[in-house]
Amino acid sequence: MLLPEFDIDESRWSGVAEAPAPGRQLAVAQALRALLPADCVLSRDEELHPYECDGLAVFRQQPMLVVLPRTETEVRAVLLACRRLEVPVVARGAGTGLSGGAMPHAAGVVLSLARFDRILQIDPAARIARVQPGVRNLAVSEAAAAYGLFYAPDPSSQIACTIGGNVAENSGGVHCLKYGLTLHNVLGLRGCTIDGEPIELGGCALDAPGLDLLALSIGSEGLLLVVTEVILKLLPKPELAQVVMASFDDVGKAGEAVAAIIAAGIIPSGLEMMDRKATAAVEPFVRAGYDLAAEAILLAESDGTPDEVADEVRAMERVLQANGATAIAVSASEAERLRFWSGRKNAFPAAGRISPDYYCMDGTIPRNRLGHMLKAIERMEHKYGLKCMNVFHAGDGNLHPLILFDANRSGEWERADRFGADILELCVQLGGTITGEHGVGVEKLNSMCVQFSPAERAAFFSVKRAFDPPGLLNPGKCIPTLARCAEYGRMHVRHGQLPHPDLPRF
Amino acid sequence: METRLADWIKGTTQGDSANDILRACVHCGFCNATCPTYQLLGDELDGPRGRIYQIKQVLEGTPATRNTQLHLDRCLTCRACETTCPSGVDYGHLVDIGRAVVESQVRRPLNERLLHWLLREVLTRRGLFGGALRIGRALRFALPRALHAGLGEHRAPGAWPRRTHARKVLLLNGCTQPALAPSIDAATARVLDAIGVQALVDARSGCCGAIRHHLHDQRGALQNARRNIDAWWPQLDSGAVEAIVINASGCTTMVREYAWLLREDPAYAARARRVSDATRDLAQFLGPQLPLLLRCVRPASITRIALQNPCTLQHGLKLKHDVEQLLSALGAQLLPVDEPHLCCGSAGTYSLLQPKLALELRARKLAHLLHAQPQMILSANIGCLLHLAAGTAVALRHWIEWIDELIVTS
Ligand SMILES: Cc1cc2nc3c(=O)[nH]c(=O)nc-3n(C[C@H](O)[C@H](O)[C@H](O)COP(=O)(O)OP(=O)(O)OC[C@H]3O[C@@H](n4cnc5c(N)ncnc54)[C@H](O)[C@@H]3O)c2cc1C
Ligand code: SF4
Ligand code: SF4
Repeated sequence: MLLPEFDIDESRWSGVAEAPAPGRQLAVAQALRALLPADCVLSRDEELHPYECDGLAVFRQQPMLVVLPRTETEVRAVLLACRRLEVPVVARGAGTGLSGGAMPHAAGVVLSLARFDRILQIDPAARIARVQPGVRNLAVSEAAAAYGLFYAPDPSSQIACTIGGNVAENSGGVHCLKYGLTLHNVLGLRGCTIDGEPIELGGCALDAPGLDLLALSIGSEGLLLVVTEVILKLLPKPELAQVVMASFDDVGKAGEAVAAIIAAGIIPSGLEMMDRKATAAVEPFVRAGYDLAAEAILLAESDGTPDEVADEVRAMERVLQANGATAIAVSASEAERLRFWSGRKNAFPAAGRISPDYYCMDGTIPRNRLGHMLKAIERMEHKYGLKCMNVFHAGDGNLHPLILFDANRSGEWERADRFGADILELCVQLGGTITGEHGVGVEKLNSMCVQFSPAERAAFFSVKRAFDPPGLLNPGKCIPTLARCAEYGRMHVRHGQLPHPDLPRF
Repeated sequence: METRLADWIKGTTQGDSANDILRACVHCGFCNATCPTYQLLGDELDGPRGRIYQIKQVLEGTPATRNTQLHLDRCLTCRACETTCPSGVDYGHLVDIGRAVVESQVRRPLNERLLHWLLREVLTRRGLFGGALRIGRALRFALPRALHAGLGEHRAPGAWPRRTHARKVLLLNGCTQPALAPSIDAATARVLDAIGVQALVDARSGCCGAIRHHLHDQRGALQNARRNIDAWWPQLDSGAVEAIVINASGCTTMVREYAWLLREDPAYAARARRVSDATRDLAQFLGPQLPLLLRCVRPASITRIALQNPCTLQHGLKLKHDVEQLLSALGAQLLPVDEPHLCCGSAGTYSLLQPKLALELRARKLAHLLHAQPQMILSANIGCLLHLAAGTAVALRHWIEWIDELIVTS
């Protein structure tokens, strides 16, 4: 792709650690206090400090201020004031993000949407839910259950993460293999631009006229607008769902079995893989009944009418057996099915039981390269002297290697960081991408330099500028500046591992 | 999480415990989802993850402020966060350590200190409290609304069983419960009697210490603990009693904590461990006795029941389904209750110290409990009972009182 060189002021606010000018905090706080009730503006050090990071706590930055509005009018007022005073704004949902997307800006305001926690409407006839952005993902399905409906995208963090955060990250989950990502399950949204202008994208219908700005804004990581309301698509709960749990004595074989299931034309409603280290970490908390002796387990779900499920389960069992499964169990009740998933959903934080810190990677690769990737990760474990436990959305080739480290030991985080970068580069080499669902945030800026050309990155910036001319919404995230990529490139030459300019990228 | 504890606490027992707990937290935020105060206030500072962060900050050397104290005060210590945490973070012990450090750094204003003192000294003394209660009931109209919660209505206790049995257990010689609802202990003794277990109360024992513990009087709480251990030890050591059985889940949780609280006390550590090990919540004790119990009950007449599972039972003692199973087996039809994990706002003395939040939580809990129109609401803890009772006309009882009604005396 060739684009004209833009004369872009892309780096104006990109230094997220750049401290505000003296006296600035007080001035901005005063301006905001005039707009919001007293308990909605936080400015003391001890109040700002706990907001310094999201779920990826190695990236930290104390904000200048935190605001906690309750109404859209207040959000607009905050945005207008920030635009007028030229203050960067970082939206925040539940702060469960794993790429530092909600990490604050030193001279900026954190705009928390946590108080927007009302489900405004559930229309069972139209099968939609209208919710505020601070509503927890799981709360939607819980409320919809009364009508026999559910909201399909189910990130493992669904107990806590918000719909606003899901929209910003285009989050996925166990059931996205069959039902799609957030993008495929959001019908419309309301938001505010940095000018405080309310905008509505999409609507209750499946398609809307004009450019599809809705799709553009889903996954935009808080760079384009602040979401204040979302219309979600609800689906009827399948009559029955069952999970097949298959054990393997080799991770490579498990990887091949995944590819074989998809190749057999089966689309399970979930297809996940965990290696032995992962099952060992979660079993004490969840008691899911995982096969702890297996090198890897696969969890494959089938849903539909009882007949469909019975057929599909049988078909999956055949493929799994043919690919070397050493044991197979099928969930016998709804409670057992939920227990099987619960272990998978708690896998990341359960890593905290076997290691003080973990670094969760999020890359994608073509499914048939899973085995290759796992072997490579094993070699990297030796190279970096760190353990890695593996949890995959195997069905869509989305990897979540969890690199275990101890942040209190000097040098370990740096090693974990390089380990992670290695994995992501291998993802690109194998024909995959550097993020499946957790977003780029601040964490994967460098990897973006590997994945995208300068012209492509310039195009991203011009989209951002079209929505946010002053560049105040979540600056310094998601799109790396030219200078940053140049710096990263130099580093790589030094380490003798130049990225792969010859590879096709997407 | 990365930690860099300050020199003044590094290497101390408290410091080491806190460090281990902090390290286990991976900052995932799952716990905020089930924290009552985060749900109400929507501020990271009022959720477990943020509280852990604030405590960490203080232990890393940033002086605590009134603000830090406020956010820790707002914590109900319900420990729902522990149940939710996949990483096994022991929040309860961390917040104890954090609160003690903050108390030592930040002086409360006089009115707060007075209120704390008053509650500590009055609530924990049986005689004093009984008297104050009678006066309070008489003067109800003159008290602030939030305080009505603590006053309850008096119910006749009924007769205490006279029979002796070879199987014996010790009950707690509680502080507030005997004055507020003497019927609970009497019902407990009768149900135990029916299954051939004699309930003893040692007059030398008293308040479990939870009230002082919550009101930042650590020394007083430990004294309560030591006094109880001294009182119970002879009967426990000789094997005369098989267990210490407690019918207020808040107190059970506290006595089960003696082992941790006195772990550094050479004179008491070993005995505290024995006492904690021998302590059972009444639900836990009766569970295995169900076959015996089934032989001496008649069918229930009040069956549509909403059960309020106190936090101390489900999150503190991790006994999530014990009462439920017991009541179902005895014929109760337990109605669905939304958000069963959420605290009702009673939380020891919380309802008196944080009335606004406590009342909001109570309204939310009562709406869920009443949703399916129960004939009766049952709970397992005296504090929750009184707190909830002040907000509804529907009958509220301890679950043991419901079972007591079913007992057919032979
Ligand atoms: C244990 C664990 C498991 C996880 N599992 C998954 C998984 O299976 N799948 C998955 O996709 N993700 C997963 N995640 C990542 C994370 O939960 C998701 O990215 C989630 O969508 C973030 O939601 P949040 O409310 O926490 O957003 P935050 O972390 O607060 O913010 C994330 C981004 O969204 C922006 N944002 C938030 N709200 C708004 C708004 N109203 N308007 C505009 N921008 C906004 C922020 O600026 C930030 O860039 C997991 C995280 C953890 C800790
Ligand atoms: S103990 Fe209860 S109130 Fe306190 S942080 Fe945990 S969940 Fe919240
Ligand atoms: S759930 Fe556990 S690990 Fe996660 S933030 Fe809360 S306390 Fe920390």
